[in-house]
Amino acid sequence: MTKKKLATIWLGGCSGCHMSLLDIDERILDVVKLADIVKSPVVDGKELPEVDIALVEGSITSDEHYKEILHIRKQAKTLIALGDCAVMTNVTGMRNYFPLKEVIDAAYVNAVSNDGQGELPNHPCLLRLNDKVVPLQEVVKVDFVIPGCPPDADTIFYVLAEFLNDRLPDLGKTKKLKYG
Amino acid sequence: MDKRKIFISPVTRIEGHANITLEMNDDGTVHDAQFHVNEFRGFEKFCEGRMYTEMPTITPRICGICPTSHTLASVKACEMIQGIKPTYTANLLRRLMHIGQNLSSHALSFFHLSAPDFLLGYDSDPAKRNIIGIAEKFPDIALRGIRLRKFGQEISERITGKKIHIMGIVPGGIAYPLTEDNRKALLDWIPEAKQTVQLGLNIIKKFHEENGEMVQSFANSPTLYLGTVGPGGEHELYDGKLRFMDEEGVILNDQVSPERYLEFIVERSVNWSYLKYPYYKSYGFDNGFYRVGPLARLNVCSRMKTPLAQDEFEKFRQMNGGRPVHGTFYYHYTRLIEALSDVEDAERILNDKEVTSLHIQHHGRWNYEEGIGSSEAPRGTLFHHYKTDETGKLINVNLLIATGQNNPSMNRSVLEVARQYVKGETIKEGMLNRVESTIRCYDPCLSCSTHAIGKMPMVIELKDRSGNLIRSIERY
Ligand code: SF4
Repeated sequence: MTKKKLATIWLGGCSGCHMSLLDIDERILDVVKLADIVKSPVVDGKELPEVDIALVEGSITSDEHYKEILHIRKQAKTLIALGDCAVMTNVTGMRNYFPLKEVIDAAYVNAVSNDGQGELPNHPCLLRLNDKVVPLQEVVKVDFVIPGCPPDADTIFYVLAEFLNDRLPDLGKTKKLKYG
Repeated sequence: MDKRKIFISPVTRIEGHANITLEMNDDGTVHDAQFHVNEFRGFEKFCEGRMYTEMPTITPRICGICPTSHTLASVKACEMIQGIKPTYTANLLRRLMHIGQNLSSHALSFFHLSAPDFLLGYDSDPAKRNIIGIAEKFPDIALRGIRLRKFGQEISERITGKKIHIMGIVPGGIAYPLTEDNRKALLDWIPEAKQTVQLGLNIIKKFHEENGEMVQSFANSPTLYLGTVGPGGEHELYDGKLRFMDEEGVILNDQVSPERYLEFIVERSVNWSYLKYPYYKSYGFDNGFYRVGPLARLNVCSRMKTPLAQDEFEKFRQMNGGRPVHGTFYYHYTRLIEALSDVEDAERILNDKEVTSLHIQHHGRWNYEEGIGSSEAPRGTLFHHYKTDETGKLINVNLLIATGQNNPSMNRSVLEVARQYVKGETIKEGMLNRVESTIRCYDPCLSCSTHAIGKMPMVIELKDRSGNLIRSIERY
């Protein structure tokens, strides 16, 4: 079997899903026997090449995430939504109940620790926040979802191992899902 | 002034979570640097209207690397609202989990992210400069590093059933006791964990010896420091009082209760970053830089609480004749000294007779409108500040995050490194790596900031005043 290419990507999330991925601990060495991790926040960064599997953490919160998820979809044969933020926006989407301006003002204008002399972040280098946070499948087709906040490491490893061995994981059979 | 701009994007163009702009003077020297932090999620607003008791479960989702520190700052704010204190055993277990998180975060920072530079070299093949590259060349070190992180994570799992975003930390205590089996299982890890931290210390000390000049001169401008200390000024991560210190080592304020943070710290938002710039209030925006995190905590404290860490601490203190050590590179060293203290302290707690007691929760109810809690995240002091109405619904939330407080200094460190390595249109080899490793020294709370855990790909664009590209350097 030729070695597969794997990418893990972090959009609007807390990195907890990536930390849970790292919680597979020593088993990372089993993963790299079957796949090269060609892009991930935990290894060297690269332009995203064509990959067999992309694990994506987080929701789409900005113009940059939006462009990025389209690009990921183009490059990845299998796109997996990793964790509740990617699947249904979760905590990242809680700001959807408020107008964006109020959300921004709470931090940059009204915070009790502000000195009153600040400016709003609006530099051309910064990403532009979208009015509403959306999950991955609202923008692109998602091939598989791993729910959980974060999904636990055993579940992530099981799903990865199945895909890397050309099998389709069945979360219903594994009893590995933990919520909360 | 005719200024050209150099634009460094540490992440690829399509991803740009964080990047740096360098403004150039006419004579080709660097005028200014701006470190852009590109992420915002809006917790301050969307928590409004919810019950304050939900906060210990919502706020860990700010960051997957330091969730326990958020939970603890949050639950302490809730306890101030209720006017109650946790039980002795609950405090032991919370402290233990906090140590676990500190240890796993420090292990990640050192073994997974920084050790590749120390062991494989700054100029080694980027494709291998990661924990897997270490596994190929030094399998024992990689495995040990992975297992040290695992030990830290397992502490939370064995108490609350979860490694990340722990559950059951409630006002007045904790929902789960520690079983005897789990206590024993954790205790079994201690010798290995101690050895691994010592191994890390040997690696960093060897690197110090071989690269003395670079290590000492690396982004070493003096700043103020803030850290939490115990009643005798000892090193503290979970629960203590604030100590502010100036660059000469003079204690500016001591034993300050975290509830008074607003008397000492204010912050300003800037247009080039989503991360605000906190500063020491009485010194003003331009002079009030202070740093937090392991370097700051070891600079401000009077001693470590455990013997092996104390031995190491005394050596650290010699480095600048008893005065604060300013070199940013020493964040690595101090991180490992803390890790040593973590393991020793975990051993002490696990041997406390009360640690498996079932007296784990006091009960309280809403009593006061305001609550403030703080804790020392791996990267530094953080504050949660809640105001509620008389039904306990949140009407105002303020969060001061550890990495935010290092933001002004990170920005300045980047500027210093850029001044050293950028001359005219020539960007010296090593500049990219140096900028990046400067940022890495701070181990910025990545979720709250850059989104790049590993090596940052960079694009530097040298532009003239009207924005025309002169040339660009890329590194992926
Ligand atoms: S699902 Fe949970 S752990 Fe994953 S990114 Fe979102 S908040 Fe973090």
